Amino acid sequence: MTATTGGSAAATEFLTVPFDEVLTRYEPVMGLEVHVELSTATKMFCGCAQSFGAEPNTRTCPVCLGLPGALPVVNATAVESAIRIGLALNCQIAQWCRFARKNYFYPDMPKNFQTSQYDEPIAFNGYMDVEIPAEDGEGVETFRIEIERAHMEEDTGKSTHVGGATGRIHGADYSVVDYNRAGIPLIEIVTKPITGAGSRAPEVAKAYVSALRDLMKALDVSDVRMEQGSMRCDANVSLMPIGAEVFGTRTETKNVNSLRSVERAVRYEITRHAAILDAGDKIVQETRHWHEDTGITTSGRPKSDADDYRYFPEPDLVPVAPSREDVERLRATLPENPAVRRRRLQGDWGFTDLEMRDVVNAGAVDVIEETVAAGASPAAARKWWSGDLARRANAQGVAVTELGVTPAHIAELDALVSGGRLNDSMARQVVEGVVAGEGTPTEVADARGLELVQDDGALQAAVDKVIEGNAGVVEKIRGGKVQAVGALIGQVMKEMRGQADAARARELILSTLGVEG
Amino acid sequence: MTTTTDSTAYPDLTRLTAVQMADALAAGEFTSVELTQAHLDRIERLNPALNAFLLVDAEGALATAANVDEARAAGEELPRLAGVPIAVKDIACTRGLTTTAGSRMLEHFVPPYDATIVTKLREARMPILGKTNMDEFAMGSSTEHSAYGPTRNPWDLERIPGGSGGGSSAAVAGFLAPLAIGSDTGGSIRQPAAVTGTVGAKPTYGGVSRYGIIALASSLDQIGPCARTVADAALLHEVLGGHDPMDSTSIDAPVPPVVAAATGTRDLTGLRVGVVREIGGEGFQEGVQARFEESLDHLRALGAEIVEVSCPHFTYAMAAYYLILPSEASSNLARYDAMRYGLRVEPDGSPSAEQVMASSRDAGFGDEVKRRIILGTYALSSGYYDAYYGQAQKVRTLIARDFAAAFEQADVLVSPTAPTTAFRIGDKLDDPMSMYLNDIATIPANLAGVPGMSIPSGLAEEDGLPVGIQILAPAMEDQRMYAVGAALEARLTEAQGGFVIERLPEVPERAPAAAPHTRSDETEEARA
Ligand SMILES: [Zn+2]
Repeated sequence: MTATTGGSAAATEFLTVPFDEVLTRYEPVMGLEVHVELSTATKMFCGCAQSFGAEPNTRTCPVCLGLPGALPVVNATAVESAIRIGLALNCQIAQWCRFARKNYFYPDMPKNFQTSQYDEPIAFNGYMDVEIPAEDGEGVETFRIEIERAHMEEDTGKSTHVGGATGRIHGADYSVVDYNRAGIPLIEIVTKPITGAGSRAPEVAKAYVSALRDLMKALDVSDVRMEQGSMRCDANVSLMPIGAEVFGTRTETKNVNSLRSVERAVRYEITRHAAILDAGDKIVQETRHWHEDTGITTSGRPKSDADDYRYFPEPDLVPVAPSREDVERLRATLPENPAVRRRRLQGDWGFTDLEMRDVVNAGAVDVIEETVAAGASPAAARKWWSGDLARRANAQGVAVTELGVTPAHIAELDALVSGGRLNDSMARQVVEGVVAGEGTPTEVADARGLELVQDDGALQAAVDKVIEGNAGVVEKIRGGKVQAVGALIGQVMKEMRGQADAARARELILSTLGVEG
Repeated sequence: MTTTTDSTAYPDLTRLTAVQMADALAAGEFTSVELTQAHLDRIERLNPALNAFLLVDAEGALATAANVDEARAAGEELPRLAGVPIAVKDIACTRGLTTTAGSRMLEHFVPPYDATIVTKLREARMPILGKTNMDEFAMGSSTEHSAYGPTRNPWDLERIPGGSGGGSSAAVAGFLAPLAIGSDTGGSIRQPAAVTGTVGAKPTYGGVSRYGIIALASSLDQIGPCARTVADAALLHEVLGGHDPMDSTSIDAPVPPVVAAATGTRDLTGLRVGVVREIGGEGFQEGVQARFEESLDHLRALGAEIVEVSCPHFTYAMAAYYLILPSEASSNLARYDAMRYGLRVEPDGSPSAEQVMASSRDAGFGDEVKRRIILGTYALSSGYYDAYYGQAQKVRTLIARDFAAAFEQADVLVSPTAPTTAFRIGDKLDDPMSMYLNDIATIPANLAGVPGMSIPSGLAEEDGLPVGIQILAPAMEDQRMYAVGAALEARLTEAQGGFVIERLPEVPERAPAAAPHTRSDETEEARA
């Protein structure tokens, strides 16, 4: 950028153009790079255990600290995971590939080179179909994301900049580095340029990362916890005038750490680029930082294609050459594609698209499947897992499966409700007890004395009492306004301290009054 | 010297071969403590002049020796070399013992772990006398590039002992240690052996673990034995060799039968010995060439057939080597950044991490190291990679093919090990190119990964200094060079009335005044 355009570009730094308006003139092009930390027992090139949240620098050895003389040895499980990921992404698997050294100096990188793969990735030329809600709101649309490559590499340590205002390296008083993360296996999955998404680009980006997350879970290769950094997304965005053939200058927004942020960051960059282009300025090719709180990106370091990492084949490692038999053996271990599986289960369970989407968003597909297998009805399983339990989990900031409630609990609860022992409000109290660790649903119901009163005598007494005390309402009902019975049911339930079946109460009120329900 | 041994049977324990030491220890003729102490005494007396050792671990060595003696007294079954002391090049990490790689950068670096080969030495129960001097990060052919001052050649203290493993070769040649560890990236075991009248072997690439060896150029580095006889070298080779799961490039196969080869038949009937046309002639000292021709006659006399072979791409070996080595070295040495260990020099003010890295590297690395880092960084840069690193790798492939073709016609190849005898300290320090040419005969083996060894072929007429002959074998056929080396050694010993090293003159206890170009200021600071 020249000095003359620098000023005006800075002035438009935080200007944006309304999103829908941008898309009438520009075509967005995205490239998504997703890093997935593999949940292998040990690191990529040494025997150190990996565990999130361990005391700093306690999961290190000569290899991952880059001590003089230390040498890497490839983690065979990580290679298998990489191949399975590649296969699940419909990639070709290299018959022979090497690691390469990516050379640059940074304190969180013990050897000052990252052992990665360069022009010989383990997996390449794949695709992934992702689903986004159809524009008319009915059903889903499928969008194919072409995968350029998936390659293996090691993670860096984690720098923390202490002091100063920004928490960034500039202005910090000092920095500390935790090398526990250094050497953790990463798979970097790189898309080909994603074009043609138009105004759906931010949604497509989110749907892709979400689908990738589901796939990693289904493959059981990673914790894929974006908030803990075990899955990180770098979003490259550029704009070109509609009808143009040449891509515009791109920016790379680094470390976008939630699905919602992926969508927001892409959307923000699209509008920011448009403002700069509209002002006649040039986009600076650079990395950008995403700010979750303010919803904007700010300039990182300039990046150009000339960034020279002096890649060369890693001479301390031998090539990875998986046999065809190994690849086929791994292909046989692939789980059902999450999207296909979801469609199958939706059919089995008879859920609407909307219901299924709630279930997926609540992360409850697996647990509902297990609950149904344990004997609950699909409707009941859905009602609990994507309703009451999802809300509780959300409030506690944990996954729905981490509440201490098991599929067997919910199946048992469903049996208690359908068997007539509990009503809905009682069932919710039981769940509360189970969450509080008071025992199984039956134990909680017993301990709390929750049981519908089965004896019509007590209920009839309550009905008689309420009818006597509500002459006005009774008059209305007898006059034909049957829906007014609700007011009486409420009072009967109150009399019964909730321990009654509301439907039976209604029947009794109406029969006592001699009115047809 | 504390010895209770019959002084007429063994007037000087240090003069024995490792095989003799091992046998005598096993026979209870003297103890490992006596043997180790004899070497420590000689080190104490001569190391100030030679500067072969950067660190002497008398306590550790004697403890190991005492332990071996006790075990032997208790009738324990012991490894063959148990109790025979050894010197370790300062490129191998030794737990608890400062390991500098000859660099100011690692002046105070105490490794928390042992290199695999050091573990093997401990398992072989060999007392480790100390750490030997070397060119900084093994970059050099004279040991003048050590940050701790040059090592001197026991044959003539004004001359170099070869490099980078000059400390090990001087220690072995000067009878300061019967055995030593060397590392050979382009000749750093073989060339020092040649100029000190000792034996040095570079095994097949991958034959010995590199784990814990401070890397110079990963695809070229190989650890090997330094000794005074072929049989001694073979014994150490067998201790060091074998698969190491910590080194992915180590070969998962049994160690070639080098000891059997070194102690087997001396008859070379039917063996085809190839002389590489491209090594020798111009640039090779007359006395070196003469000794080489004489060795060929001895080989013929032993029954071998001498054939000439051509390896046309060897001409490009030097150029390829000086692209591949600096490229890998520039990356291997990137870790010395003052962030986790090593020298840390902080500029004034509140410097950034980058500034601390830069000033530490500026202060910690010597000129030759900087020269090669710059060369390598340049060669790997985008836009130059194909022309330099890429081309060099192609040359490497062609050299490997040359070897393959040559080994069709010959069972082993021979050449002079180094073009000249030991040159004077300071003579080539300002002329990197002429320094690099020292390795012209040894580099092809590293590029192709084949094994090579140097054995003494005698003394040059014109200067009375040792000359070496190099024997090369196909990959994983290390035993061939030991068989040929042992046969030739026996024949030469007979013809010359003893091992070449037995003609070593008395080593003066004081070094002569510094030659004009030595870094004698740093010699004073050398740790001992
Ligand atoms: Zn580790």
